[in-house]
Amino acid sequence: MKADVEPRDSVAERAAKGGGEVLLSVDNVSLAFGGVRALRDVSFDIRKGEVRAIIGPNGAGKTSMLNVINGFYHPQQGVITFKGKRRHDMRPYIAASQGIARTFQNVALFKGMSTLDNIMTGRTLKMRRGLLAHMLHWGPAQREEIKHREVVERIIDFLEIAHIRKVPVGKLPYGLQKRVELGRALAMDPELLLLDEPMAGMNLEEKQDMSRFILTVKDTFNTTIALIEHDMSVVMDLSDRVVVLNYGAKIADGSPAEVQTNQAVIEAYLGVSH
Amino acid sequence: MYHVTAQTARATPQLDTVPKLLLRNAAEHADRPAMRHKDLGIWQTWTWARLSDEVRAFAVGLRKLGLERGDTVAIIGDNRPRLYATFAAVQSLGGVAVPVYQDSVADEMAFVLEHAEVMFAVVQDQEQVDKVVSVSDRLTKLRKVIYDEPHGLAGYDPANLHSFESVQQLGREEQRANTGADGWWLDEIAKGKGSDVSVMLYTSGTTGRPKGVMLTHDNIVLSAQNGNEFDHFTPEDTLLAYLPMAWVGDHIFSYGQAFAGAMCVACPESPETIVEDRREIGPTYFFAPPRVFENLLTQIMVRMEDAGWLKKRMFHYFLGVAQRCGEALLNGKPVGAMDRVRYALGDLLVYAPLRNRMGFSRTRVAYTAGEAIGPELFRFYRSLGINLKQLYGQTEASVYITLQPDGEVYPDTVGRPGPDVEIRIADSGEVLFRSPGVFLKYYKNDEATQSTKTPDGWVHTGDAGFFDQRGHLKIIDRAKDVGRLNSGALFSPKYLENRLKFYPEVREAVAFGQGRDYVTMMVNIDLTSVGNWAERNNVSYASYQELAAHRQVYDMVAKRVDELNKALAEEAQMAASQIARFLVLHKELDADDGELTRTLKVRRSTIAERYAPLIQALYDGSKQCHVATEMTFEDGRKATVEGDVRIVDMQIHPSRAAEPLREAAE
Repeated sequence: MKADVEPRDSVAERAAKGGGEVLLSVDNVSLAFGGVRALRDVSFDIRKGEVRAIIGPNGAGKTSMLNVINGFYHPQQGVITFKGKRRHDMRPYIAASQGIARTFQNVALFKGMSTLDNIMTGRTLKMRRGLLAHMLHWGPAQREEIKHREVVERIIDFLEIAHIRKVPVGKLPYGLQKRVELGRALAMDPELLLLDEPMAGMNLEEKQDMSRFILTVKDTFNTTIALIEHDMSVVMDLSDRVVVLNYGAKIADGSPAEVQTNQAVIEAYLGVSH
Repeated sequence: MYHVTAQTARATPQLDTVPKLLLRNAAEHADRPAMRHKDLGIWQTWTWARLSDEVRAFAVGLRKLGLERGDTVAIIGDNRPRLYATFAAVQSLGGVAVPVYQDSVADEMAFVLEHAEVMFAVVQDQEQVDKVVSVSDRLTKLRKVIYDEPHGLAGYDPANLHSFESVQQLGREEQRANTGADGWWLDEIAKGKGSDVSVMLYTSGTTGRPKGVMLTHDNIVLSAQNGNEFDHFTPEDTLLAYLPMAWVGDHIFSYGQAFAGAMCVACPESPETIVEDRREIGPTYFFAPPRVFENLLTQIMVRMEDAGWLKKRMFHYFLGVAQRCGEALLNGKPVGAMDRVRYALGDLLVYAPLRNRMGFSRTRVAYTAGEAIGPELFRFYRSLGINLKQLYGQTEASVYITLQPDGEVYPDTVGRPGPDVEIRIADSGEVLFRSPGVFLKYYKNDEATQSTKTPDGWVHTGDAGFFDQRGHLKIIDRAKDVGRLNSGALFSPKYLENRLKFYPEVREAVAFGQGRDYVTMMVNIDLTSVGNWAERNNVSYASYQELAAHRQVYDMVAKRVDELNKALAEEAQMAASQIARFLVLHKELDADDGELTRTLKVRRSTIAERYAPLIQALYDGSKQCHVATEMTFEDGRKATVEGDVRIVDMQIHPSRAAEPLREAAE
């Protein structure tokens, strides 16, 4: 498969290149569902242009964290700052329009629609013409569609899914569905891309492909990526910095190498009794 | 804009190199499509004028990067207009193109690139860049890598890595700054001669390292012109380039013939989209190895299983009509009026939609080669009105050795000698040929050249064959695998086995006869096909062994062997190879037992050893033989299969090929 020929920049080099600007910061966020405390006083930041991994054992609050970031859950305490703006009552569609796109742990595509149409839905927020104009498919609406179609075709080309362009997504194997979902998220031209377990259930080759796509997205489109992943080798290879959650609380934050040797992390993963 | 008329005036009138053909096409067919490529879901077209312009910009750019006359340039990737343009650009400067199989691993690639001493590598994408870069410390001559698609290459060290565009940009800047550049390029083309080496194609040798077959412009241009004349290609013809560019077939069809005939070459969007792309393009000329045709048929049959009953009945009824008279119609033979009407109706309802589905709506000529094609499969396509033919070729011949002319198409031959091709059969049965396409030599391997090519230009193909009474060549086997019966007659086990294996009931067959008085055969039945038959006919069985020994199964196989014997009786050289005795083996030949290779080829020595008592029984006249054979299950456990195997005597038909009346009767 694709060999990583050039050594990738170290965190220090990346920071020196100006990757230090904070895109999103999470400050003292707590989230509870009734008596269940999903997140407890979590703080961390995501810098522009980095791949930030969020890891932790099952039920640690990783997906809840993503849901807070894209406004699906509203934390009881704490503030989220995105592009310098403090956020209060965020909604997912507002988050989306501000440049936060995501994929889901369990693929959430329109099963009956083709790959092309699914990715096209990612462009919805960028469409300017009204519903009626698009239904009539005339003049400006048609020109607009052609423009968006071109963006979508570039994504299809990039993700190497031209052969399934017109295939209903429900008929595709899981690994390809994951890829289509990434395509739909990319279609939003996001500044921040949230990936919830992009490699879950994939075989080695599919994982390698997906890793390659993620790195290329970062390098070519300069997209910032926050990623939840269980496969530690993937996390270590891809991410610049890692935050570790356990029982809703942050227990470590740092470079992959630091996190790997952190005693609290080892205990959390090995299940030492508290 | 392109000043093409001025260009041609300066080129020599003799069109003996491919770049000269390009200039001619740019002048005479400036606005006709030369190459198409589906990009971002839309077919993009380069006219001949545009192609010539792209080639020139790239060539001048290569020159600025230091390419000299005689330098070699590797070309690696899927079929892309820019990579075809690279061939022409390199050759226009007197360089030699070395296409490399895009799926070879880095290590194989390193051998070819170093052996060919390539100076530049022009590759498709990141995958190929990675491979070349990973072995670059072993490539002493390599100076630059140029890529077509930039995906994923943003973070790479740009020092020796250039995009195709940037090299063209370099060329265009030179053209702007230096008005003499265009003329210089034309002069370089004019300097090219037909005897110059144009391309080196590395053959994937089954043994040892690959050999670099050096072909000259004469080889390519003359073979291409002959091929075009043989099948009457015109600039109206279109083909789909989807087979590896490193393979001689693609080089001749999609490059040589396309340039010689000013035909249009379409490149698919990606290897996965070929079927859909073929349907959209509708090539008029199509080449595919037999397995492609086999897969297509399987897909159709599987889909028909899901169709409604009306469609199914219609499909099978008209397929029957096609089988009865389709081929005769295609060959221009007389067909009854009622059948003509039925066929016309079938064409409307079934054949035309089917051809459209497969992308053969406009196909005038289709070829298959490389291995034997099943007669049923071959006839299926022909009966639908697709002019599928066979040819026989080699890298060393610039493809063409024999081809089937229209109206003389038989499933069991590879046709007549191509235009300007001489063929000789050696005493050993080996086929030798001499033609304008005969390669110059193997690069840096005089030993291999001498053992393959005689001083007067004859080339040993390594294949054994013979001419039948129609004057068609039949290839029977690799020459080294062909033996003799005691009578001195040729004995080719593979030829007989393949003929029998074309019957659906037969899964595997092993022929014996080397140094014997007559030929015998061991047969494996096909459990899927025969099992299906058993189910339909209420034949119950508990195991392969039981089904194989069933009397009716034996009768079925005997009928097939007899059919084969009758067919063999009509072939002068093969009449002596009629199968005198056969048996149906009590167990399936299996790779786990070492009887087959992992690629499912028969291991003769192992079989001869394991089944020695059976072979003895085949030749000592006994009617039955008791055997016990150890077999290995998939989980590694071993067991012994034991039983009696019956041996059947067959009738030997008198050789009818010798009868002089026969030819008159045909």
